[in-house]
Amino acid sequence: MPEPQAPEPPSGRPGATGGGRAPEDGAIAATGMGGAMDLATSEGAALENQPGGPLGTGPAGKPRSLWSDAWRDLRRNPVFIISALVILFLILISIWPQLIASGNPLSCDLSKRQQSSQPGHPFGFDGQGCDVYTRTVYGARNSITVGVCATIGVSLLGSVLGGLAGFFGGFWDSVLSRITDIFFAIPVVLGGLVLLSVVTSNTVWPVIGFMVLLGWPQISRIARGSVITAKQNDYVQAARALGASNSRMLLRHITPNAVAPVIVVATIALGTYIALEATLSYLGVGLKPPAVSWGIDISAASGYIRNAPHMLLWPAGALALTVLAFIMLGDAVRDALDPKLR
Amino acid sequence: MRGATHAKWAAGAVVVAMAATACGGGDSGGGGGGDGSGVVRSSWGDPQNPLEPANTNEVQGGKVLDMIFRGLKRYDPKTGAAKDMLAEKIETSDQTNFTITVKDGWTFSNGEKVTAKSFVDAWNYGASLKNNQKNAYFFGQIEGYDKVHPDSGSQSADKLSGLKVTGDRTFTVKLTQKFSTWPDTLGYAAFAPLPKVFFDDHDSYVSKPVGNGPYTVDSYQKGSQMSLRKWDRYPGDDKAQNGGVDLKVYTDNNTAYTDLTAGNLDLVDDVPASQLSNADSDLSGRYINTPAGIIQTLAFPFYDSDWNKSDSDKVRKGLSMAINRKQITESIFEKTRTPATDWTSPVLGEDGGYKSGLCGEFCDYKPDEAKKLVKEGGGIPGGQVKIGYNADTGSHKEWVDAVCNSINNALDNDKACVGSPTGTFADFRNKITDKKMTGPFRAGWQMDYPLIQNFLQPLYYTNASSNDGHWSNKEFDSLVDKANGEADQSKAVKTFQQAQEVVRDNMAAIPLWYQNGSAGYSDKVSNVALNPFSVPVYNEIKVN
Amino acid sequence: MGRYVIRRLLQMIPVFIGATLLIFLMVNVMGDPIAGLCGDKACDPATKAQLSKEFGLDKPVWQQYLTYMGNVFTGDFGTAFNGQKVTELMSTAFPVTIRLTIVAILFEIVVGITLGVVTGLRRGRPIDTGVLLLTLVVISVPTFVTGLLLQLLLGVQWGWINPAVSTEASFSELIVPGLVLASVSLAYVTRLTRTSIAENKRADYVRTAIAKGLPRRRVITRHLLRNSLIPVVTFIGADVGALMGGAIVTERIFNIHGVGFQLYQGILRQNTQTVVGFVTILVLVFLAVNLIVDLLYAVLDPRIRYA
Repeated sequence: MPEPQAPEPPSGRPGATGGGRAPEDGAIAATGMGGAMDLATSEGAALENQPGGPLGTGPAGKPRSLWSDAWRDLRRNPVFIISALVILFLILISIWPQLIASGNPLSCDLSKRQQSSQPGHPFGFDGQGCDVYTRTVYGARNSITVGVCATIGVSLLGSVLGGLAGFFGGFWDSVLSRITDIFFAIPVVLGGLVLLSVVTSNTVWPVIGFMVLLGWPQISRIARGSVITAKQNDYVQAARALGASNSRMLLRHITPNAVAPVIVVATIALGTYIALEATLSYLGVGLKPPAVSWGIDISAASGYIRNAPHMLLWPAGALALTVLAFIMLGDAVRDALDPKLR
Repeated sequence: MRGATHAKWAAGAVVVAMAATACGGGDSGGGGGGDGSGVVRSSWGDPQNPLEPANTNEVQGGKVLDMIFRGLKRYDPKTGAAKDMLAEKIETSDQTNFTITVKDGWTFSNGEKVTAKSFVDAWNYGASLKNNQKNAYFFGQIEGYDKVHPDSGSQSADKLSGLKVTGDRTFTVKLTQKFSTWPDTLGYAAFAPLPKVFFDDHDSYVSKPVGNGPYTVDSYQKGSQMSLRKWDRYPGDDKAQNGGVDLKVYTDNNTAYTDLTAGNLDLVDDVPASQLSNADSDLSGRYINTPAGIIQTLAFPFYDSDWNKSDSDKVRKGLSMAINRKQITESIFEKTRTPATDWTSPVLGEDGGYKSGLCGEFCDYKPDEAKKLVKEGGGIPGGQVKIGYNADTGSHKEWVDAVCNSINNALDNDKACVGSPTGTFADFRNKITDKKMTGPFRAGWQMDYPLIQNFLQPLYYTNASSNDGHWSNKEFDSLVDKANGEADQSKAVKTFQQAQEVVRDNMAAIPLWYQNGSAGYSDKVSNVALNPFSVPVYNEIKVN
Repeated sequence: MGRYVIRRLLQMIPVFIGATLLIFLMVNVMGDPIAGLCGDKACDPATKAQLSKEFGLDKPVWQQYLTYMGNVFTGDFGTAFNGQKVTELMSTAFPVTIRLTIVAILFEIVVGITLGVVTGLRRGRPIDTGVLLLTLVVISVPTFVTGLLLQLLLGVQWGWINPAVSTEASFSELIVPGLVLASVSLAYVTRLTRTSIAENKRADYVRTAIAKGLPRRRVITRHLLRNSLIPVVTFIGADVGALMGGAIVTERIFNIHGVGFQLYQGILRQNTQTVVGFVTILVLVFLAVNLIVDLLYAVLDPRIRYA
């Protein structure tokens, strides 16, 4: 069980941890201002440029909650607005692909196999002679549903379990962490073949459920590590000393400070889940044919990268755009939650 | 754009090939020059079973057995005809009792003489249940098999009563029923003779097999490499034309192919599908694509009443006519498959029973006709054809999707046909043997020996070992029985063809295409060919 | 500290039993593996029964598990379907995979953390955008394609490397495969480091260090980086297992006969002995790495203590 220690800096005594933290005797070095100053000024600049600082808030008003502050920040952040618009667009075409694609993704003519773009078919044709544009648009629904839902599920389950393990430590930490270890041991291929081969449903939900089941240990590890670090902070110790409840400490003090690594991992994982869906389909246990998804098209195109790179380019580009939008969104949310930026 | 990319890669490959030639002599494998001592570096896959002749049922193990063993007969690498190898003569008067005389002067590479006993012992071993030999059923026609290998329970005899050693070089075989072409089956690896060491010190045999073929095993590191060297005292006519063969294990034939283009390998059999369109230019024409005794079909679950109604044959014929075989073989398979027009294989040759066009219009792409026939037959059971295949081996998804698209286009319904993958091959086989298939499923047949009998009897005879669809037809069965009893080869073939017509009239399985063997090779070797089993003819390869 | 380590070592026992049991049951649930051994033909029933008996598949599952575990404790991990001992497979596969993993982890640490620090300090600058684009490429283009292209470019076009790794698989041969294997994880490590650095850049102790007039390099490595590494170390630790067991694609492209391939083959052929044997070793590796990661927490952040 981690114990509160003297806050740092400067050098806290290493204690009985066996951690070889070298004592800092930096005070003697008074020269070499250049680099350090550079760092300081760039940081200052970043602070000033931060849109939507607390300037507009009423000075005497009731203190805003962290989350509403964050929301105010977000609304004024152009990065957030752009990424949100992209995501809205992706959701829109997931629901109504007909809006921008008039063709049928399942109508394919083998005589057009792997032909490159031509009038009416801007992205060319894939290995079965299907229109790549239409398939890319129609593939959004399955891919985005899988990516977003699996990410949300994994993040929620992983952060809750990992966070609790990190916060309470001791016995429950051991139990949860060892369960994580066992889940880590299940090879994806084996898990997929065993758990998904019995499923007859034609929807994406079994696939999502499977990803959540095997994906949460990763986030859980990250969340646990973050929470263990965050709860050492002075303000958490202060809150504890003031008699704050566990839930208050977790929600108000630890979560905002521990969420950044989770967001980072989750946004990247979103892309890998979309690709993982293809692996499962390849194993014959993912989405059932004739499902259309980016992952399936990317994996079908992979072998023909030398002869027909366009087959890979468009669905992979769509996947990259999606991941980019979510990474930017995640960055913006993280910035908004960081009180030091205010 | 496509052309440009293509050309760029091709140019790169040429440069590399030239570089490889320039510094080729110093390479580890390329030494020896044209005097027949050069070593061929060839791709290989890890054999699934120990290298016992009666236990090897796939190509990778078969490659090795083909190099280190010679049986009574050998199939001509070009024509596939069964020719005497170690057999001096095989005589019969009644198609049931055979007297076999083994040639004199043959030995195993360890010096032990090949005698009649070498064969009889080997066959008894192969048939015996307790030895777990997966090809045991090859001995099923020999009398006494039911005692040595009962369907259930333990065996009551260790030796086949139908085998008798009558002299140093002669033995007799008694079959349970007439089988006129039985001697022609003896070229299969399972019938190879075995040296004493196989029985006395099995572990040492398995770690370094000993045979009587043109090569000997020099070293064998399981899972990575096997080095075979020419056996100088090999008594046969088909001596090795090179100094030896190094078989290198590749887990993916794509990598083997890349290694070939980089000059690190001399021979890759089974060029990966995705490379077929550029193989010819990558290798400057050093690419071969020759027919093999393999046919792909779609079998039907005849145990499912929906697929076995009185009019169901019309649905099956309709589906067959909805498949554009020509287009699929040309585009997906880049002509490494040929549209099937009967249920056998061109490697049999006209005399052997192959009859081009036997299927008639039912194997032609006629979408309108197809739609009509399916409708007349009462439509597709359940409204959707689900073509079963296994996802883990052989990239079947691509052609299954293409077949489905073809059917969908012909029937004007984009959901008339979908692929239905099963995760693993074992699971797929279990579903088939447990009669759990609900729609047509992929069925591939690689011949054991080049006889029309082998393409029909195991697949369509009532309750035959590979009759996966459990199709049953009295007329077919009696024709096969009749053909097997026919003393005259050509009459037997004719009768088998009549039986095949019964298969056609009922469309017992949809023939899709004949599979070719393909291989690419480096400029350091020449005279590369594949035999009808799509195994490279290693002993004839010359190292330049 | 010592007691903590001992406690953690003791916890390995239930995890070991739990994981092996779980994997054992999962492979068993997949069904009868014998049918896959006879090629496209149906196994004849007698041979099938005989093979089942030989592999012990005719017994109830609990009995199979107990027999198996009993054998494992005497060092016998059973036999694969091709007649090879599983210990033999492991002794050829694990050394190669461990080398490959070391190369990949080194890439993650050196390249990933460096890029993370640089982008974290220069948020929004061209280099940050450039790295972000690279990240997107790595995530959206399958490893298969990047690996294949690198192999064609470096192995065939330019002839810098051999396209296939030899049986010995020395470190120098594994550099390119290691990079390919690490590519997706590199994206994670870079972005995790970047975020942590950007966050801690404004922390009080960094201000203090700067105010003290410490040289920039010292501030970054001693104060900033050290305190930013916890999520990164967590990720890399969790990644070791994934890299070792899941390098299927990389191993195939470069013809490396490692753990990923054996495990994949074992699963597809439903060979309980191979799968459980390999996973057992992998579980032990996870547990050891996790322990090291947890101990590293205390090194990186002295406020964290284990009693």
